[in-house]
Amino acid sequence: MATAPIVEIDKVSFGYDAARPVLHGVSLRIEPGSVVGIMGQSGCGKTTLLRIIAGWLKASAGNTRVLGESVRDLDSDGIYALRRKMGMLFQFGALFTDMTVFDNVAFQMREHTDLPPDLVHDLVMMKLEAVGLRGVAQRMPSELSGGMARRVALARAVALDPRLMLYDEPFTGLDPISLGVIARLIRTLNDSLGQTSIVVSHDVEECFAIVDYVYFVSAGRIVAEGTPDELRRSAEPFVSQFVQGEPDGPIPFHYPAPGYQADLAAPAENA
Amino acid sequence: MFAALRQGLADLGGGATAKVRRLGFAARFFVAILLHSGTAFRRFGLTIREIYFAGVLSMVIILVSGLFVGMVLGLQGFETLQRYGSGDALGVLVALSLVRELGPVIAGLLFASRAGSAITAEIGLMKATEQIAAMEMMAVDPIARVVAPRFWAGVISMPLLAALFSALGIFGGYLVGVKLIGVDEGAFWSQMQASVDVRNDILNGVIKSVVFGVAVTWIAVFEGYDAPPTAEGVSGATTRTVVTSSLAILALDFVLTALMFTGGNAK
Amino acid sequence: MKRSIIDIWVGTFVAVGFGGLLFLALKVGNLASFSTAETYQVQAKFANIGGLKVRAPIKSAGVVVGRVSNVTFDNESYEALVTFNVDAQYRFPRDTSAKILTSGLLGEQYVGLEAGGDGVMLKQGDRLRLTQSAVVLENLISQFLFNKAAEGKDSKDSKDGK
Repeated sequence: MATAPIVEIDKVSFGYDAARPVLHGVSLRIEPGSVVGIMGQSGCGKTTLLRIIAGWLKASAGNTRVLGESVRDLDSDGIYALRRKMGMLFQFGALFTDMTVFDNVAFQMREHTDLPPDLVHDLVMMKLEAVGLRGVAQRMPSELSGGMARRVALARAVALDPRLMLYDEPFTGLDPISLGVIARLIRTLNDSLGQTSIVVSHDVEECFAIVDYVYFVSAGRIVAEGTPDELRRSAEPFVSQFVQGEPDGPIPFHYPAPGYQADLAAPAENA
Repeated sequence: MFAALRQGLADLGGGATAKVRRLGFAARFFVAILLHSGTAFRRFGLTIREIYFAGVLSMVIILVSGLFVGMVLGLQGFETLQRYGSGDALGVLVALSLVRELGPVIAGLLFASRAGSAITAEIGLMKATEQIAAMEMMAVDPIARVVAPRFWAGVISMPLLAALFSALGIFGGYLVGVKLIGVDEGAFWSQMQASVDVRNDILNGVIKSVVFGVAVTWIAVFEGYDAPPTAEGVSGATTRTVVTSSLAILALDFVLTALMFTGGNAK
Repeated sequence: MKRSIIDIWVGTFVAVGFGGLLFLALKVGNLASFSTAETYQVQAKFANIGGLKVRAPIKSAGVVVGRVSNVTFDNESYEALVTFNVDAQYRFPRDTSAKILTSGLLGEQYVGLEAGGDGVMLKQGDRLRLTQSAVVLENLISQFLFNKAAEGKDSKDSKDGK
């Protein structure tokens, strides 16, 4: 008997306004204990999907079940209770700039629990040790490099051992070493803490190295899914364009524009 | 040409409805702040920290400005009063001008430009760098944790700053009038004490400064929270805070003065 | 910013702020007017109160002994009915007179009480019998002109050898 999926999205549609829908009838399942990648071009709707899972945006159609709860039926207290079991790593870390690294990681413990200061101190040190940054505990976020800030944000997000972790473009703008570190941390934390993780990214290399399953999103629809190996061998044109990084294919190089000759022949606008 | 005119009118109407919608949102935001103020008081340390940033750091500009305004009042006031042989009434002029009007209003304007803009920029930047979103993801209500303490800090700081402004101003008027020009010290203070009523003048001045504090801080936190998450967005919001707060202070001042200081004479 | 330093500064700020308020209330303002001393109410009728306002002072021998609390129009006698709150510590005889005076030449108006000689003192709710209305400038001027005109007529009569 299969265990219930951690996240179950069934034919979900969403649009910021009715004229421009962002997601059309998306369906996916996330099995417990797995690391799942949601990949696609910039602006294809993958971040929107993440926000719907987190309860930020309400889908206009379809059903979203997270950790057994139907997200759209929850009131604000219910959503807050659900978020206590989730953690999210934002694209640039989003550390609180007016507190030290230590206070950032201790934030959730202090807000949601009554743990004594000694215990909080030990827990914070353990989390920072897990990401390898115990030594910067007393620094301010502005003194950290991008990669270090993101690792601290990761420690902060897993502070209360959430069951579901959401990663919004965790690989953006990092040097190769930091890339490797973050990728390894995502996988290790997921396995050692018994979590389930969803990674939204467009970095094929790093993502394929750590995920168990991938969903490809394009123009608000799931166009392909499978394990990294399956997708590497796939002959599907969009998948192969994306995986190989080809400039032209199902996603055209040229943005739609009127005829080239006509544009060159048109008179220049007056300055 | 008609098309342009029609478009212009449509834009005007659209702009007006947008402003009304924004005002409605601001009003709901205000109610939300009040409802979520429990944390600001239960964990008073948060509010104390904000009082430091809003109130304590504004003290220098308030004290210095108060002193100078009082001194100018002393100089200019004496100039005019002396022509009618009423130089001894300088204390009354300085005290009533400051306590009733200049104290709350100028302190309010200075507070709006110093502390109000800082609050807007801070909240706007927190929103732009996703710190507010991160807080929401960690199941902490940002209105309770970030906005409400700043709001109450502003409301608490304003009357204290206005009182300091008036007190320093009166001292400045005393320095110029009595020490520099030579108005009789006894007449200065005794006429002042005879004419300044604690209930009517001082208390009303305090009420005004509380009202200004509510208005300025409300505008500051709202603009910060509503700012578009870009550099231009935050800078525009900061400017709007200062301008809107200043206009609000002057308009409210008129309304409150009409209610407080001329209501009795309507008979 | 260390927590203790912030607390110290905020404490200083609040203390200094309250000090400012206290300074204003005590040294600048007239705290006596805020006193909650006991008062008793007395009434008086005036033919014309001029510019007398509620909360105007009641003075006797130049010292403030109370405040005007209410001014109404008595539709029966067509006179103004003024109610005073007099400080309980000051007792006045029953035949005390009340005049409406002006402080300075063009200043605000107040009520002056002149004590009479009666042995019985005023009590709560009593009415003062002797009152003098405010001096109205227009009446004063027309009276002056009338006197001047009468003087001129008299001297003319005497010159004509009456």
